[in-house]
Amino acid sequence: MSNSPLTPGVVPGRLPAASYRDHFADKEPALDRHEAHVAADRCYFCHDAPCITACPTSIDIPLFIRQIATGTPEAAARTIFEQNILGGMCARVCPTEQLCEEACVREAAEGKPVEIGRLQRFATDSLMAQGVHPFIRSAATGKRVAVVGAGPAGLAAAHRLALHGHEVTLYDARPKAGGLNEYGIAAYKAPNDFAQAEVNWLLSIGGIRVETGRALGHDLTLDDLRSSFDAVFLGIGLSGVNALRAEGEDRSHVQDAVEFIATLRQCEDKASLPVGRDVVVIGGGMTAVDAAVQSKLLGAETVTIVYRRGQDRMSASGHEQSHATSKGVRIITGAAPLRVLGNGAVTGVEFAYTADGPDGLRLTPETFVLKADQVFRAIGQTLRGAPAALRLDGGKIAVTGAGRTSLPGVWAGGDCAAGGNDLTVTAVAEGRDAAEDIHAALMAAP
Amino acid sequence: MADLRSDFIGIKSPNPFWLASAPPTDKEYNVRRAFEAGWGGVVWKTLGSEGPPIVNVNGPRYGAVWGADRRLLGLNNIELITDRPLEVNLREIRQVKRDWPDRAMIISLMVPCDEESWKDILTRIEDTGADGVELNFGCPHGMAERGMGSAVGQVPEYIEMVTRWVKQYSRMPCIVKLTPNVTSILPPAMAAHRGGADAVSLINTVKSITNVDLDQFSPFPMIDGKGSHGGYCGPAVKPIALNMVAEIARNRETRTLPISGIGGVTTWRDAAEFLALGAGNVQVCTAAMTYGFKIVQEMISGLSQYLDEKDMALSDLIGRAVPNFVEWQDLNLNYVTKARINPDTCIGCGRCYAACEDTSHQAIAMKPGRVFEVIDAECVACNLCVNVCPVEDCITMEELPQGALDPRTGRRVTGYGNWTEHPNNPAAVKAAE
Repeated sequence: MSNSPLTPGVVPGRLPAASYRDHFADKEPALDRHEAHVAADRCYFCHDAPCITACPTSIDIPLFIRQIATGTPEAAARTIFEQNILGGMCARVCPTEQLCEEACVREAAEGKPVEIGRLQRFATDSLMAQGVHPFIRSAATGKRVAVVGAGPAGLAAAHRLALHGHEVTLYDARPKAGGLNEYGIAAYKAPNDFAQAEVNWLLSIGGIRVETGRALGHDLTLDDLRSSFDAVFLGIGLSGVNALRAEGEDRSHVQDAVEFIATLRQCEDKASLPVGRDVVVIGGGMTAVDAAVQSKLLGAETVTIVYRRGQDRMSASGHEQSHATSKGVRIITGAAPLRVLGNGAVTGVEFAYTADGPDGLRLTPETFVLKADQVFRAIGQTLRGAPAALRLDGGKIAVTGAGRTSLPGVWAGGDCAAGGNDLTVTAVAEGRDAAEDIHAALMAAP
Repeated sequence: MADLRSDFIGIKSPNPFWLASAPPTDKEYNVRRAFEAGWGGVVWKTLGSEGPPIVNVNGPRYGAVWGADRRLLGLNNIELITDRPLEVNLREIRQVKRDWPDRAMIISLMVPCDEESWKDILTRIEDTGADGVELNFGCPHGMAERGMGSAVGQVPEYIEMVTRWVKQYSRMPCIVKLTPNVTSILPPAMAAHRGGADAVSLINTVKSITNVDLDQFSPFPMIDGKGSHGGYCGPAVKPIALNMVAEIARNRETRTLPISGIGGVTTWRDAAEFLALGAGNVQVCTAAMTYGFKIVQEMISGLSQYLDEKDMALSDLIGRAVPNFVEWQDLNLNYVTKARINPDTCIGCGRCYAACEDTSHQAIAMKPGRVFEVIDAECVACNLCVNVCPVEDCITMEELPQGALDPRTGRRVTGYGNWTEHPNNPAAVKAAE
């Protein structure tokens, strides 16, 4: 192929073949044993450690780091997995700089926290590499639970339920289990098919039957599930994508960022993926950053993220933002799309600068046009296809306590449930806690 | 730049930092490198009797204890005295001393415990130009099984006897190197004094097993599945050495006996502490074995800066802390301090809280926002919080002034008062009757 970053239009193969392997390799390589021991030595083993409090799954971080330091990374992994069975993926994708590592006292002391995320990966990789599953199921209870959605929340719930001896059927609409871990995360954060390896390892607990290609509202109904199972957990995520509400949004090569990311993740040969010469990503979250960075890695000449509010309001962390800019992505804040320009295919986007005032965000008369032959929408996802019988709260499934919905026997967690912060690690915590609540309810029932 | 020139029992060296008798001083090549790096003197690795040299093991000779980041805190060894022919050592000593006349050259000796053996070796080393001898009564491993090293150092009568022979058959200054593997260091030091020693040097290594191989179930260093005890040295033994040095320095009978301080000296500060507790100079080994000979340059610059800042001569420092090394019963029981945690430098790790709450006096309150405060009514001023805090000077001990109320005891701080006059002391009560 003779395409280059300068080739107009949306085309594949902009880079030499070897570049793709480099570009989509591990973003942050694993620590080796020596590096892990040096990093672990820095932990102060704090009392009531702030990092534990900052972790949505409350992993006993000082304990697992001490276990690494004393040469027992397998025991460290067990400490992690007891709280977070997806500790391997969370070690890769957690915004640790906003969670445990931000709370680390060495961040306060020296501006250089203990590398908790990388140490967690060292521990979990050590155990998973041995193909060992650290937990054994309790005796069968005879209870059956349906878990809908095999993303982080559903997987965590299914595992915890199976651990307690319940029989779990795990449904997912997509062809593979994993949810956002499989379809929604930048390829360089979890290379080598880690998401599927983790799912397979998790399922080795036993007692979980996976049925893919099964979606609520299509061949599954909540009524049927409620009548044929003792409990139902919904971890169906957010499958709808917000529209730009800008004129010309229907032009070709205007696409949802989540779809682009999913396609990229499933594509073996990244050189075959078409990408624009000038890419514009509209949004300010992790999805926007993942789409923008990967467009750049595929060989786009210019990639620009445009976010309507100020930089401080972007939900992508500072770490993510600087990762994007380090890859050559430009970030423009305080501008909103007015119209998508073009004739059939997109040729540019016109933006207006915004001003944030007491009445909310308004458009100013100052406008500008960015050249674009590909535009990604990344302005948030919405709940789609939630059963009508469930009460909603702010567009998501309303829950009380550990994920109890308005219907008896139905729990929900992860992004589809109200509250939380749409992080993988939070979804894991919600799935786990709902499973414990389901377990308590099932065992209390006559 | 302070004058660091040292005169130790008449042996002059440009600074008080000598390399101890050990692997770094086993041969000419190393010693020349040491002098080039700036060491003030060396104690040449122990020579044995004329005859076939001793042999060493051919497996590992060292075991180790590490701190964070694999910092070497303690080292033990099972290496014996020099395994090179006596003639070679003597020739090299002669050549090095000729080329470096301003550096101290001491020869360490260990021969069987009979008069002829000592007389013979002293004759052989006479014309090397060496400045003195050090009698190795210290090594606790290997040679002790053959009636030498610490086997001599543990019997004061032998120390006295051999020291007398050495003084009888040699005009060289004689330093007796003591083993710490004794119940009290004073009897061996007194014996050396009685025998006419010009000085003692201490400590030699501590009998030790650093670790056990948990796969082969053998002490380490492991030789073909077996281990023998070694001699322990390095920063970990410094507290033991300081105490023994100070015991000799303050004892009525031994206080005039010069001391060469040995045991974990790693920085200028360690050296200054030995000097303050009565050592006339220091000897170093493990620090050089860990970092190389260049460390002496930090020791020289650091000690020099310290003396300048204090406006002290080297001789002013020697023994300066000895009068303040007292018995427990002489400590002022009316000296009251309280821990103070500086919120500005506190990083919120909570280790002080865990230590105090779990293992001590429940004298630290953990307040919302991870703010830690000392509860004066409970604080006994034990200092544990200071010691476990990872931030230097974040927690300090504040003295309560005279007349202030100690909320823990409900009593006001008064003047000096020690145990000998305390009402709870039965002996004190009796004395008053």
